[in-house]
Amino acid sequence: MIHSLFLINASGDIFLEKHWKSVVSRSVCDYFFEAQERASEPENVPPVIPTPHHYLISVLRHRIYFVAVIQSEVPPLFVIEFLHRVVDTFQDYFGVCTEAAIKDNVVVVYELLEEMLDNGFPLATESNILKELIKPPTILRTMVNTITGSTNVGEQLPTGQLSVVPWRRTGVKYTNNEAYFDVVEEIDAIIDKSGSTITAEIQGVIDACVKLTGMPDLTLSFMNPRLLDDVSFHPCVRFKRWEAERILSFIPPDGNFRLLSYHVSSQNLVAIPVYVKHNITFREGSSQGRFDLTLGPKQTMGKAVESVLVSSQLPRGVLNVNLNPSQGTYTFDPVTKLLSWDVGKINPQKLPSLKGSMSLQAGASKPDENPTFNIQFKIQQMAISGLKVNRLDMYGEKYKPFKGIKYMTKAGKFQVRT
Amino acid sequence: MTDSKYFTTNKKGEIFELKAELNNEKKEKRKEAVKKVIAAMTVGKDVSSLFPDVVNCMQTDNLELKKLVYLYLMNYAKNQPDMAIMAVNSFVKDCEDPNPLIRALAVRTMGCIRVDKITEYLCEPLRKCLKDEDPYVRKTAAVCVAKLHDINAQMVEDQGFLDSLRDLIADSNPMVVANAVAALSEISESHPNSNLLDLNPQNINKLLTALNECTEWGQIFILDCLSNYNPKDEREAQSICERVTPRLSHANSAVVLSAVKVLMKFLELLPKDSDYYNTLLKKLSPPLVTLLSGEPEVQYVALRNINLIVQKRPEILKQEIKVFFVKYNDPIYVKLEKLDIMIRLASQANIAQVLAELKEYATEVDVDFVRKAVRAIGRCAIKVEQSAERCVSTLLDLIQTKVNYVVQEAIVVIRDIFRKYPNKYESIIATLCENLDSLDEPDARAAMIWIVGEYAERIDNADELLESFLEGFHDESTQVQLTLLTAIVKLFLKKPSETQELVQQVLSLATQDSDNPDLRDRGYIYWRLLSTDPVTAKEVVLSEKPLISEETDLIEPTLLDELICHIGSLASVYHKPPNAFVEGSHGIHRKHLPVQHSSIDTGESPVSSGPAANIEQTHVIPSQGDLLGDLLNLDLGPRSTCPRCPPLTVLIACNSVLLLQVWLPAVKAKGLEISGTFTRRQGQMYMDMTFTNKALQHMTDFAVQFNKNSFGVIPTSPLPVHTPLMPNQNIELSLPLNTIGPVMKMDPLNNLQVAVKNNIDVFYFSVLIPLNIFFVEDGKMERQVFLATWKDIPNENELQYQIKECHLNADTVSGKLQNSNIYTIAKRNVEGQDMLYQSLKLTNGIWILAELRIQPGNPNYTVLYSNFATETCVKV
Repeated sequence: MIHSLFLINASGDIFLEKHWKSVVSRSVCDYFFEAQERASEPENVPPVIPTPHHYLISVLRHRIYFVAVIQSEVPPLFVIEFLHRVVDTFQDYFGVCTEAAIKDNVVVVYELLEEMLDNGFPLATESNILKELIKPPTILRTMVNTITGSTNVGEQLPTGQLSVVPWRRTGVKYTNNEAYFDVVEEIDAIIDKSGSTITAEIQGVIDACVKLTGMPDLTLSFMNPRLLDDVSFHPCVRFKRWEAERILSFIPPDGNFRLLSYHVSSQNLVAIPVYVKHNITFREGSSQGRFDLTLGPKQTMGKAVESVLVSSQLPRGVLNVNLNPSQGTYTFDPVTKLLSWDVGKINPQKLPSLKGSMSLQAGASKPDENPTFNIQFKIQQMAISGLKVNRLDMYGEKYKPFKGIKYMTKAGKFQVRT
Repeated sequence: MTDSKYFTTNKKGEIFELKAELNNEKKEKRKEAVKKVIAAMTVGKDVSSLFPDVVNCMQTDNLELKKLVYLYLMNYAKNQPDMAIMAVNSFVKDCEDPNPLIRALAVRTMGCIRVDKITEYLCEPLRKCLKDEDPYVRKTAAVCVAKLHDINAQMVEDQGFLDSLRDLIADSNPMVVANAVAALSEISESHPNSNLLDLNPQNINKLLTALNECTEWGQIFILDCLSNYNPKDEREAQSICERVTPRLSHANSAVVLSAVKVLMKFLELLPKDSDYYNTLLKKLSPPLVTLLSGEPEVQYVALRNINLIVQKRPEILKQEIKVFFVKYNDPIYVKLEKLDIMIRLASQANIAQVLAELKEYATEVDVDFVRKAVRAIGRCAIKVEQSAERCVSTLLDLIQTKVNYVVQEAIVVIRDIFRKYPNKYESIIATLCENLDSLDEPDARAAMIWIVGEYAERIDNADELLESFLEGFHDESTQVQLTLLTAIVKLFLKKPSETQELVQQVLSLATQDSDNPDLRDRGYIYWRLLSTDPVTAKEVVLSEKPLISEETDLIEPTLLDELICHIGSLASVYHKPPNAFVEGSHGIHRKHLPVQHSSIDTGESPVSSGPAANIEQTHVIPSQGDLLGDLLNLDLGPRSTCPRCPPLTVLIACNSVLLLQVWLPAVKAKGLEISGTFTRRQGQMYMDMTFTNKALQHMTDFAVQFNKNSFGVIPTSPLPVHTPLMPNQNIELSLPLNTIGPVMKMDPLNNLQVAVKNNIDVFYFSVLIPLNIFFVEDGKMERQVFLATWKDIPNENELQYQIKECHLNADTVSGKLQNSNIYTIAKRNVEGQDMLYQSLKLTNGIWILAELRIQPGNPNYTVLYSNFATETCVKV
């Protein structure tokens, strides 16, 4: 099982270590540093690194490497999932997961790590349970604690740990009972230079924020459940009911949680909400290149495309650019060659464009690589797959809750090749 | 007010200050002090000298302070074992606390104190906690057993904790079950008896029930445990699969992959034509695709596993090739894995798409990735024959880009394409030659030189090209030097008139000016070949080369099967069996895919339990005396007398031996399995063999050769295999032998070393030839001669053996022996004993005489046999 954990920052310092079994010397991280040096980019460090006596399994989040040390055969995904869970918990507790935040809360961090893993076996990883055991730090609470001498540590056995619904604590009470669901879809797509779609798929999630008194039993049904053929559920969802009736039936955890995530594969037709017209040319022998980019909406069901951001890694030979955006602002970093254009909202009547010239190194030959455009955007009030919630019902409690459903579509890894 | 203040202490007298604070009267001060100590500990400062002071703070009602002290204890108890004993009392007390949270905390911490002295005090509290009324305490105690086992395995066993753990599998609380399973699996990894978890249908049922209700981590432990179970029939396998499939929709990727492992394993047991089998296959695809939308680290592990799955069952993901297309900001380790899988899934149906993608990748920035993409194009050409032409033209386009490393990589793969499709694409050679000057990597230079040498007759200026390489001969890498040598020799054989000088030059460079023994040897061989017999030289150097196969990069099937059993583990990431890299893997047993029930049946019947015993036979080396004992024993002894002798029935039927032994298991020979036996029919010896191809590719070009052996056995004809052996086919053949070959004494005497070659490799194995096949038909000695010889043999050449438990009378024995060419010369009755005098003759002309004494009613025979030339026999 998981032996030790080291947290390493971008400059290669170990700023926290935690051992669940015997102490493993820090020098084991040298193998990690070696790999880090070999990697061209921080994210290229391989996640599994063998050393003579241990294995290092790492994840990179928020520019911090979480490196777990294991000694025997352990499923690597188990470790990776656990590490991500650690990061999520830190983020949940401290708002951000940065080196500073972790150092500021080092005692809570240790208490958390101690509760999350026992001898390398996961113990309590549900944020509801952890919060009962260790209260998250708030300014108010820290003040009160210093004055009264009380602690962050709960005195009670976390009730949820043992019940049949371990994800929900008992005795929840709210004056305003509300249940909100966000359907968020991300489109991952690769568009080739002629504008045709090479792959496109949708990763969707339904995130919930449920603040309901008592033990409510909810059912959620869809207009078109047929779309959901590849789903992963929160453990609270009754799988049998879904299999038989395509209805989500569950006793929700208290607070924020991810009800389900789903995947609409390339076999279904995926609508592409934006198109890109581009013309990037370098002339042989000249130190100038032309740059011309226009964006436009496509298949958006009449909804506006907002928060559009285009970024691209230009060829190494490009020294600088001189461009003229029809709207928004652009930046170009001559060192990293990263061009980024903050477009804002696309107005279908007046399409946004970015035109101008690029200057190349004098005498250098025409660059070989073609830049790829990474596009980000948001579309409110629409799930691009067409998924629609039919109704939400509550059983088991008498009161009438507020209910709300929000839809949003975002670009995931949306790439246009040139 | 943040915790960072604990890190800012003035260096001077820091420890001293903390000590004072720890002993402060105020509870609050003490807590602050402990927090400072912990903070110092986390950054790696040594605060172990504060041990007694910190332990003093343990007796407190404050839960947080208690936890902090426990944290400290776990870290430093090992360095201060004597001090740690002070803490024991508090633990024992805490284990009785009315609050289950405290009880659990105590039992948890206790196990983390890795001090031998303490552990014995902890047994009693632990025993109580294992039976605690609160499941939270029980599940914590279960893990504690694993901790203790790590510290003192013997004690855990003596105290009966392992049995208590096993009882917990039947616990009513799913979390307790999951932790008990996890603890047992961890213990069994280092335990000599790895079968700690006795899996039976009742247990399995409990596990499956717990599976639905326990936490995601518990599900992983239970699924991994389930995958070690072998269901007794397909019904059971199917019902387990049905209960495991819902796990495929779990949000935790590790749960999904563990479930995939169970299903992949049990799929083996399901009949291929059943509806359920096909539904299950369909269900496996979406979760695997979903894994690829996770974090890059998850993707990496998933891809390594998918790589195994597509090799085992390509049908699962054949429609999904698009999800493996590379995004430009994927981390490099994900890109390379995706590329690998794309090639595995490439087929005629999707090759156009794949090629377009690969061409796109070849213009990316990352050099490693670009190279692999170019190589991938070549692999596609070799794999999908219909696409070869398109691949070649894509490669030519890439060469036109003149990007140096792209060109070099392209030339390397084009060589492979030439070897796969000879005489098809040679028209492009001219284009390749244009790039000769830009090649600076040994691989690419060697590839180019090979091409020039191989097609020298079509390249007008081949001699000039090769000569240009020759200038810097000594600066080249060995690989290039060897290839250049061969290429020039080829050129010479094709165009002898113009290149005499060139070949002289390279031969002298290779043989006289080089330090490399390989190069010199090769040089000398060519030199002698060319100077003695140019015709043979031509045959040797320009012989037809075997076509390269498309599947050379596939994992060998038996290894693949083993790895499928380890899906989701480190083994699956490294594509190596766990015993190859896990430390202290003595506890790990090789796992096998289950076999369908119908064949399990035969596996248990006595008929094929034979081979298992016989495999052993090839390893046992009996001493010579034993062997000669066996020789007679063989023919008479019932099965039980000697585990090494083939069953009696076989020898009684002697001339039609049916029982095949596995001589060369497929694992050792890249998928070729050879089983066989020796027989003697009509005075002629035969080696009857069955070749089975268990690999994925066809096998051709079989040949066999024997090492020198005691009896000079050699095959009289080449292997009668003329057609390629297709995957999963077998061929039976009979190889006639005679004994006119060179003789060398082997130990044991009847040992025969055999080499079998095919297009893949050469494999070696050794077998023991049953001696009775050497007994010739004219082994009947004249009575007079027998008498005379018997007397002449010196006593020291006599050996005496007892054959036990043989219930045959003299006549049957003599009849049976006669079938094996052991002849009875005379028979007499002395003092109620039957005396049989027998003779036999070996193929090398040695006579062996024997006296067999049989007492009626006594199952033990006495054999006295004399050999006129035991010595010669030893010296043969």
